[in-house]
Amino acid sequence: MNRDHGSRRLPVIITFIVGLMLTVMPLTESVEPFRPDWLALVVIFWAMQLPRTWSVGSAWFIGIVLDASYGTLLGQHALALCVIAFATVRFHLLMRVFPLSQLSATIFALLALYQFILFWINGVAGVSAPTMTYWAPVITGTLIWPFLFLFLSGVRYGSRSGG
Amino acid sequence: MVASRGNNSNPARIPALGLRVLALIIISIVLMYLDHRENHLDGIRQGIGAAVYPIQLVVDAPVRLWNWLGESTTSRNQLELDLGRLRAERLLTNARLQRLSALEAENARLRALLEARSTVRDEVRVAEIMAVDANPYEHNLIIDIGSRDGVYDGQAIVDVNGVVGQVIRTGVMTAQAVLISDADHALPVEVNRNGLRTIAVGTGEIDRLDLPFLPNNADVRAGDLLVTSGLGGAFPSGYPVAVVNSVTRIPQEPFADVTATPAAALDQVREVMLIWSAPPPVVEEPDE
Repeated sequence: MNRDHGSRRLPVIITFIVGLMLTVMPLTESVEPFRPDWLALVVIFWAMQLPRTWSVGSAWFIGIVLDASYGTLLGQHALALCVIAFATVRFHLLMRVFPLSQLSATIFALLALYQFILFWINGVAGVSAPTMTYWAPVITGTLIWPFLFLFLSGVRYGSRSGG
Repeated sequence: MVASRGNNSNPARIPALGLRVLALIIISIVLMYLDHRENHLDGIRQGIGAAVYPIQLVVDAPVRLWNWLGESTTSRNQLELDLGRLRAERLLTNARLQRLSALEAENARLRALLEARSTVRDEVRVAEIMAVDANPYEHNLIIDIGSRDGVYDGQAIVDVNGVVGQVIRTGVMTAQAVLISDADHALPVEVNRNGLRTIAVGTGEIDRLDLPFLPNNADVRAGDLLVTSGLGGAFPSGYPVAVVNSVTRIPQEPFADVTATPAAALDQVREVMLIWSAPPPVVEEPDE
């Protein structure tokens, strides 16, 4: 495990950077509302797999970066990501042994929580209420999770199995 | 229950996790409060913005590369066609420009006669839109020049057809702008035909603006051009904003239902122009 920690930081950081790119990448008007919350998914994955290295602190930092690039209130995404990272770390052992159906339900709940926190902060700050498509990323995020899971597992175990 | 299972090398309890979360939540709330109430955090925001800039560049790169490839592999035939079209266009524009300069001179003379303040020509600079989506729930765009080039908050942005939006947040090398179609954006306009003043409000749909404050008997019809009136202080006057699309008068309602289509192709623009207008004569800017 010790060997893990040092050498595996870089790939994880790269996945975060790629996640940020996917988050700010331009999409056409019709597809855009359905963009999954890539960074939330990546944060959940790493908090689940390596909770000692990647937990609330790194999630919070990523949230701040996201806030700065979105131009939202500084701390909004940070708070949301930090809370879902906390929930993930608390239940990471359980989530690791969940079958796919239950894991998907958990991811759905986490993403909904994430969107809800953002929604709630927006409401307090007086940002105008969004439409129903606001909740679409929760569904697309859940649908894309199995693929992302496989891919990130590949990133995690890739070098160990000599690939 | 969770704790007792203990994975091989990964004890379930992360020390002081709850405490850390609590601390981070409190920090977040304080940050948000400071950010919302006062704008003390612009420095931090700009700092992080500068750190994210390379990422934005990298995201932007494939689009740029694609455009470049597209341009460099265009056939000679196509280029010649383009050239011909552009020459013709230039001829036309030049002809129009000649008339414009005559008109401008005449306008200045008449204004001098009326002893009105002569309108100074606005200074303009071209900026490129970075292929980066900012906040998905607002109509935003990011341009590739920032405070280093003199961009300031509230600056007007236009494209070749009309008003695009205004700068809301200035970074060092980039700036974030809100489009006129954003649901939280409103700008003072006037009907070009008769000078009727009103407010054009964004709807959140990229191709529609609302004019909610026109009474039923207002002289406005479909096809009317709306131009900026310059009254808000943010936009210089006389730039086309939108074309009235439909006017529905409902007798029992106090206001007519008027919608307009933005003149600028808000979702297609790649290059925009930033306007440094001459400071308006002391106008207290009303809250939006």
